[in-house]
Amino acid sequence: MIRSAVETAAAVRAGRLLAVDVVEQSLAAIAAGDGDLNAFNLVTADAARADARAIDEAVAAGRDPGPLAGVPIALKDNLCTRGIPTTCSSRILEGWLPPYDATVVTTLRAAGAISVGKTNLDEFAMGSSTENSAFGPTRNPHDHTRVPGGSSGGSAAAVGAGFVPLSLGSDTGGSIRQPASLCGVVGVKPSYGLVSRYGLVAFASSLDQIGPFAGSVADAALLLEVIAGHDPLDSTSIPDPVRPISTHLNDGVAGLRIGMVEEFMGDGIASDVRARVHAAAEALAAAGAEIGEASVPAAAYGLDAYYVIAPAEASSNLARYDAVRFGLRVDAATTPEMYDLTRTAGFGDEVKRRIMLGTYALSAGYYDAYYGTAQKVRSLIRRDFDLAYEKFDLLLSPASPTTAFAFGDKTSDPLTMYLNDVCTIPTNLAGHPAMSVPFGVGDDGLPIGVQLLGPMMSEPTMFRAAAVLEAGLEGSAGRAVAS
Amino acid sequence: MSELPNGWTMVIGLEVHTELLTSTKLFSGAPNHFGGEPNRHIDPTSLGLPGSLPVLNRTAVEMAIRIGLALNSTIQRSVFARKNYFYPDMPKDYQISQYELPIDLGGWLDLPSGERIGITRAHLEEDTGKSSHMGSGGGRIHDAEYTLIDYNRAGVPLLEIVSEPDLRTSAQARAYVSELRSILIAVGASDGKMEEGSMRADVNVSVRQGEDAPFGTRCEIKNVNSIRSLSRAIEYEARRQIDLLEAGERIRQETRHWNEDEGRTITLRSKEEATDYRYFPEPDLVELDPDPVWIEEIRAALPPLPAARRLALAAAAGCTAELSALVVERGLDPLVLAAVEAGGDPGRLVTHAVNNLADAGPDAVTASAFAQLSRLEADGQLTATQAKTVLAEMLSSGDGASEIAARLGYEAMAGGELESLADQLIADHPDDWATFCAGEQKVLGFFVGQAMKRTGGKADGKALSALLMARRG
Repeated sequence: MIRSAVETAAAVRAGRLLAVDVVEQSLAAIAAGDGDLNAFNLVTADAARADARAIDEAVAAGRDPGPLAGVPIALKDNLCTRGIPTTCSSRILEGWLPPYDATVVTTLRAAGAISVGKTNLDEFAMGSSTENSAFGPTRNPHDHTRVPGGSSGGSAAAVGAGFVPLSLGSDTGGSIRQPASLCGVVGVKPSYGLVSRYGLVAFASSLDQIGPFAGSVADAALLLEVIAGHDPLDSTSIPDPVRPISTHLNDGVAGLRIGMVEEFMGDGIASDVRARVHAAAEALAAAGAEIGEASVPAAAYGLDAYYVIAPAEASSNLARYDAVRFGLRVDAATTPEMYDLTRTAGFGDEVKRRIMLGTYALSAGYYDAYYGTAQKVRSLIRRDFDLAYEKFDLLLSPASPTTAFAFGDKTSDPLTMYLNDVCTIPTNLAGHPAMSVPFGVGDDGLPIGVQLLGPMMSEPTMFRAAAVLEAGLEGSAGRAVAS
Repeated sequence: MSELPNGWTMVIGLEVHTELLTSTKLFSGAPNHFGGEPNRHIDPTSLGLPGSLPVLNRTAVEMAIRIGLALNSTIQRSVFARKNYFYPDMPKDYQISQYELPIDLGGWLDLPSGERIGITRAHLEEDTGKSSHMGSGGGRIHDAEYTLIDYNRAGVPLLEIVSEPDLRTSAQARAYVSELRSILIAVGASDGKMEEGSMRADVNVSVRQGEDAPFGTRCEIKNVNSIRSLSRAIEYEARRQIDLLEAGERIRQETRHWNEDEGRTITLRSKEEATDYRYFPEPDLVELDPDPVWIEEIRAALPPLPAARRLALAAAAGCTAELSALVVERGLDPLVLAAVEAGGDPGRLVTHAVNNLADAGPDAVTASAFAQLSRLEADGQLTATQAKTVLAEMLSSGDGASEIAARLGYEAMAGGELESLADQLIADHPDDWATFCAGEQKVLGFFVGQAMKRTGGKADGKALSALLMARRG
């Protein structure tokens, strides 16, 4: 079993462990297991080894390489990495080498973390199973016949399989929390604006947020603390200083008011998933929290609003893939034909579907009915969450309606696939933080995560509850182990 | 410009785009410089690379506020929007602009004639790159073999200033653009160089019968790149529309392209072909809501505007409105006023400012040196021709006027010397003198020319002419 990020960094900083050895173990695990799993689009072994040597040299020279010294990390392949292919698992970015690093990539390097490669995703982060990748699906580390969830399926699987202790994903409607739930790892969608989006290839700008995957709550806290903070390159970045999370992890939940969201516990949620959420509520109550029933009525319309707003923004964000400056180009006699042929060849079906949806929703004559109405619903969802947070410090719900499903189960009907995110999407619309914490297994023995939700910037409180759930699971028979 | 025939009148509205004189682009740190080697003033954001994000340039906002205040606009909370359309020189295939809520709302501009033209709004937006269509097609995209794109201009800050349809003649439209240009230069927001594209105008033109009929269908003319072509394009377009109406046809609302070489407008696209821009609020930027304290600071620091400066100069120098306007347009009024203050001769200072300092600019000479030059001239120690030469020397060497005059040997001739010079000329050219006395005025020029030859230019031509006229009686 791979060491935790907390242990690894402490040992490397103290000179008790060599970063080169840590990285070799990670690369060996990937080499042995990723042929089956396909979590990685690219493994940057040579660069990782060179970075590890630099970390070890720094330690030997008496310098501190930072809080993530020598910790291997995998990056979702929609994060720009200078001189290293960044594909978004799309053919349209074929051959593109970004000339710059995303802010999180720069921050991670400065903190001593070592990137081992870029992970698979649903094309442009559009999907819930990683089946929409131009480079083939990623498998669930707990059952190779099942999906890892998505869109950050590669990053979730890489941690779930023990290839790396940490990875980064992005969450626009649940793309971190749902795969975290399906792969049995911790996954965090931070408050909108807490982590810089500079260098994250945009899907839906007002919803996208980068966040951690980790094998433990403490590891996730450590990573989030490193990547959080104001970035002058992102106008939507929150200027407030980051509040400490790790130092409060063991503060417990005594006296915290935690509400179970009734709208997220309905018929569409599998009974074994509901059972685990109730079990989580009991665990939190046993630790001293007050548990109640919460209601966020407008959240019932979250999916509808999301599938107008996200495609609308995507239709604009993805216009730039026009064959003019980078990526795939299919030559043609005229510029409009070049656009058509390139985008036809370069984008997959789901991306095309959303571009068309979004273009339609923004069209003259339809804007008010679709985009305008969706924005109003978004305001109502935010208001209903705010009202709920007057009564509760945190909310509790499923992260995903089911455990991991089989390949092909939901690809024939996009709407069935969209329902995977019914519990996660409203949080993105509100801009609030939420996380998925492993809490046992379902009837099929596959992992189930429960979702903790909080108001803006409530990460420290949210992580305290997550730590209680994690501790409650320790020693119980419920922990899933990757096959 | 000539009157329109048969009782037709025109209605004109202008959309003037001005590039703002910031050091960096509207949404990134790439330099904002005209020209240079193609694709050098770029970065991930101005190329629209995946993952790049816009960050609003504070100086551009300040300039937009300055312009708004100078045009009597309300500075309001504004929101950036995306204007979506595909074009190769627009990196993101959308332009970040302001749509429903522009930064400057309402206002007016007073023309030098006193007429007041309403301002609808002014909004911030980013410029596009530049396409060069290569091959046999003569620069037209349809016939081009290939296209070169320079993104140096992509992301340069623009303010689009929209007038009300208050203009009624092409002369008024010229005056409006000219006055607007002076204001933009005065507040330091633009260099006003239309030939470099720093200022570009889209012109809306319609015609109607008389002054009270409802507005006719308008056409928008693009690619009007100088004040001269502004008049030509408006006059052409109005006559084109009148010809159609008089032939019993209707005007189609459309966008037309001004072809400078052919002197005519041609259809670019009809209203039916107009792009649906699918505007929506730009999610990568937050709303712009400038602090009222900051706005007041900007207002307090606004320099005097051209209209006030023209009045001040005309009053101080006693010159005509036209001369005053010329001096102000060139930014030479502070120099002239300071030189008047320093004891210079107002009339001569204005003359030099208009004729001899146009290229050199206000910093080429100090006010006291400029004043001294005009004094030497007013006192008769330098002729007008000599003064011009001395001024040119002052600009290049930086030396004082008296010093240069002495070096060039320009001690103007005293009255007695001039008298004896006249005696000599009459004695040497008796026949010419007789012709002159017989009323042949042209011969005066011959005598002045001879005088200049003999004295190496020292003689005051004007004074000599007066002397000879007096002698003739």
